[in-house]
Amino acid sequence: MTQVEAAEAELLDALRAGEESAFVALVQQHHASILRVARIYVSNRATAEEVAQETWLAVLNGLDRFEGRSSLKTWIFRILANIARTRAQRDARSLPFSSLGDETGEPAVDPDRFAPAGERWAGHWKSYPERWDTQPEERLVGDEARARVEGAIVRLPPTQRQVITLRDVEGWSSEEVCSALEISETNQRVLLHRARSKVRQALEGYLAQD
Amino acid sequence: MLISEDLTCQELVELVTEYLEGSLPPEDRDRFEQHVILCDGCAFYLEQMRTTISVTGSLTEESITPEAQEDLLRIFGDWKAS
Repeated sequence: MTQVEAAEAELLDALRAGEESAFVALVQQHHASILRVARIYVSNRATAEEVAQETWLAVLNGLDRFEGRSSLKTWIFRILANIARTRAQRDARSLPFSSLGDETGEPAVDPDRFAPAGERWAGHWKSYPERWDTQPEERLVGDEARARVEGAIVRLPPTQRQVITLRDVEGWSSEEVCSALEISETNQRVLLHRARSKVRQALEGYLAQD
Repeated sequence: MLISEDLTCQELVELVTEYLEGSLPPEDRDRFEQHVILCDGCAFYLEQMRTTISVTGSLTEESITPEAQEDLLRIFGDWKAS
């Protein structure tokens, strides 16, 4: 048993014994993520909060059946995905899923940035992208940069937003994302590519300002 | 830029995610890396994408509101009593 597994086993024992402090620790660790993930399935905050509450209740009720074949976190988010998906199907205003219709044929970079076909360097940069490693550090780590990124993510088509939120904001693996959203590895990669490319463009626009 | 004749910058930018995901076949990965070594524009672009991913990963965590925590503690109390 690894240290992480041992700590998790201890936490589980405490939860099953009804220790409130163990529950609070778990809630503080995961609730913000649960809310954010719930919001990629359902359209509004109030519904996401209900989904989060329902998830916690299902986690508590399922504790005795949890066998530790996956990590506690994976198990919790699987419960969340099931509840959120059911809720989204019931909710007429829910977001559409896994539709690739709006994702085709979007170039990562404006084609005008490259030399046109027929020219000697066709398909190569007309002028290079800016170096970002020479930017003042605070421009990239500051609130403004994060606000630009957040704004760009909000404007993405739903499926792209879902994938980039789980992968790059929450730090999930591609396998976890594919299983949560019920999409193929290839779709996941295409959606992530479109999403990241647009977020990069937003940052580029911000950094190009004087 | 000799080697990049068979992989243009415009093509390369569409392969960046596959490259970072480690899902390019070895042959294509080599072509990709050769291009980046020889082309500053694409080296800068790749670095921009890495920075983009890291800024996205730094989006602030919301913490749980006191009201939400109270609701959850009530749920916990009910569960424990049942």
